[in-house]
Amino acid sequence: MANMAQAIRMALHYAEENYQLHDVFGQDVGAPLGGVFTATQGIQCAWNSPLDERGIIGMAIGIGMAGKRCVAEIQFADYIFNTMDLLKLAGNMYWASHGQYSIPIVVMTPVGAGIRGSIYHSHSFDSWASRLPGWKIVLPSNPLDAYGLLLSSILDPNPVLFLPPKALMRVKGKELIPGEPEDEKELKAMIDAPIGDRTQWKPRWPRLKEYLIPLGKGRIVKEGNRVTLVTWGRYVGICEQVIDDLIASAMIDSTDVELIDLRSIYPYDWPLIKESVKKTRKVLFVNEDTEVTNFAEHLSYRVTKELFYELWAPPQVIAGRHVPGIGLHPNLEDASVPGADEIKKVIIALIQEVP
Amino acid sequence: MSVSSVAVSRKKSSRKSVPRLRLGLSHELCRLMYQKMLYSRILEERLIKIYRAGDGYFWIGGPGEEGFGVPLGLLVRKGQGVSYDYLHLHYRCTPTLVAMGMPMIDSIRLMMNRSTDPCTGGRNFSNHYCFPQWNVLPVTSPIEVQYVMALGTAHVQKRAQSPGITIVTGGDAGTAEGDFASCLVWSSRKGQELPILITVQNNRWGISTAYEGQHGEDCIADRARAFNIKASVIDGNDPIESYRVIKEMMEYVRQKGKPAFIEAFVSRLYGHSSASGANYVTNEECPVRRFEELLLRVGVIKEQECNQWRKEYEEEGFQAQQKVRQEPVPSGESIWNHIYADQQHPDWRRF
Ligand SMILES: Cc1ncc(C[n+]2csc(CCOP(=O)(O)OP(=O)(O)O)c2C)c(N)n1
Repeated sequence: MANMAQAIRMALHYAEENYQLHDVFGQDVGAPLGGVFTATQGIQCAWNSPLDERGIIGMAIGIGMAGKRCVAEIQFADYIFNTMDLLKLAGNMYWASHGQYSIPIVVMTPVGAGIRGSIYHSHSFDSWASRLPGWKIVLPSNPLDAYGLLLSSILDPNPVLFLPPKALMRVKGKELIPGEPEDEKELKAMIDAPIGDRTQWKPRWPRLKEYLIPLGKGRIVKEGNRVTLVTWGRYVGICEQVIDDLIASAMIDSTDVELIDLRSIYPYDWPLIKESVKKTRKVLFVNEDTEVTNFAEHLSYRVTKELFYELWAPPQVIAGRHVPGIGLHPNLEDASVPGADEIKKVIIALIQEVP
Repeated sequence: MSVSSVAVSRKKSSRKSVPRLRLGLSHELCRLMYQKMLYSRILEERLIKIYRAGDGYFWIGGPGEEGFGVPLGLLVRKGQGVSYDYLHLHYRCTPTLVAMGMPMIDSIRLMMNRSTDPCTGGRNFSNHYCFPQWNVLPVTSPIEVQYVMALGTAHVQKRAQSPGITIVTGGDAGTAEGDFASCLVWSSRKGQELPILITVQNNRWGISTAYEGQHGEDCIADRARAFNIKASVIDGNDPIESYRVIKEMMEYVRQKGKPAFIEAFVSRLYGHSSASGANYVTNEECPVRRFEELLLRVGVIKEQECNQWRKEYEEEGFQAQQKVRQEPVPSGESIWNHIYADQQHPDWRRF
């Protein structure tokens, strides 16, 4: 199965062939490297920009102003912060021009911790991004979703932030991307650039098919009846593992936890959360961005306000600690982001809670 | 660097001992430029009156920049889409828009934040224009951001081998922002140069901070020269010099597909904005009066017709204000309009 970097590549290739995508750019995005995560390797319209994040976002907005699509990459979300007012501008351009200039661009930037990336390769951006009206914000949790969400993002007439988790770039999926060869060695031979001299190398693309995941729609990863666990990005896999471990050790039943992958931060799938919480009456939100004014606080507030009389326990949020950075030593990182034990404890406490 | 006019040359007259002035541009064009400059000035003065009358909340604009802004607007390849020039302007661009054909009333609608305001529907400040039919991209308040957004439209034009170019303007103090440097870096990369005309209207002020003390370079144009960008420093209060240099630079950008840079010295005749009082300053040169005096001296315009134009334009502004007063204002519910360009409702309460 393809990993997420390969899935992104395939989506970009599909879009350059079928969606008039002419510009995929950012630092080291073009040949020979094809991106520090190799997510743009072999893409014909990929090019290297100067090392200038504001220039990258400005260029992207300008391309959008000319009515063209593009995918601009900020190498790590850790380096997107000095573009904040340009992101705000991209988000407000349609509004400020009273509907006269929409900005149909995608900004892709890998987010989150989990790669032992220390202070400046571990930042999240999902909660920050949730304060950028006018943008749509999506986080894939697996390669197939990365493919389907990226294609929808490129087609969307609005600015879209596509936030693949750094730690998932090399993780393989469980489902085939439409058109992907079954044998992953074959895929690798077709679309991974060789080590060493690449000057003569050209990818051989599989016959890919369109696959669109609507922005704003989440997914039930696992059905359950007693607790709803809402998460996104890297924590979908982590929470899935936590639930499996709890089931395996007979701490919970296999139908206790309903796991939701929200996939889109904004617009978000409220009907999916609402229906699930009405059924389970208990909810836990998990994500790794820092905890103070975390996006999950908004969701938790909304659950409390709208479903107050249906709840059997206070909504819970587990998020990254409100500390200035993620330290390099594993003890430091593990203490800064939600850990499996912590998630387990809260799940069990929620199941046991009697109103 | 030369900041003196190069356009007015002296020619010996055979009949009289008084030398006859030669303008270097056709009389017709000079008359047109003068009329546009006067119209722009009277419009800006009307906007200030609107502010003082309490019919608008804030004024910022371009009185003092007519000598540069009008020729710029006249020289634009005007139209919509990649084949025409894109304009990434800043908040002193009334003269350019007037030269392109904007009627007073549209600027007044913006100033008076009416829902009829064609630029922003009553959402933004005066001089924050947006006219898609002329590729005039939304003017925004954050200083200098237009210099990086301009890269994108120029990039698209370059690939399309378009006859259109990208034009970006701004003030002198703003060149301290990184976005200015970004524009120079990205537009001048060897073999990947972009068709951008970059201009800086140097009024020697950034609100209250004087030019002196903010710059180590001899002139801002030297920064462009360091990137091998063809650059020129001009007297932006002289519309004839401005017209010639802008034309030359535009032709260069169009033909070579490379950037060019103009630093134009201009005046700031009503201070920074209404926040600093918007009072007329007497110690800076007025480009409209200077051009008027020249054209009167040469006989291209007559005192009487000047008075007539002035009266006409003042009347147009006054009538427009009265009319716009009666026009509808945006409703509170309209804040949710135009957030997303598709069917997606932007309000989370409605998800
Ligand atoms: C990024 C940013 N910082 C500060 C301001 C507030 N501000 C508005 S105009 C201005 C001065 C700009 O001076 P200059 O670039 O010389 O242009 P001028 O107004 O003199 O034409 C400042 C500081 C702003 N609008 N944007």
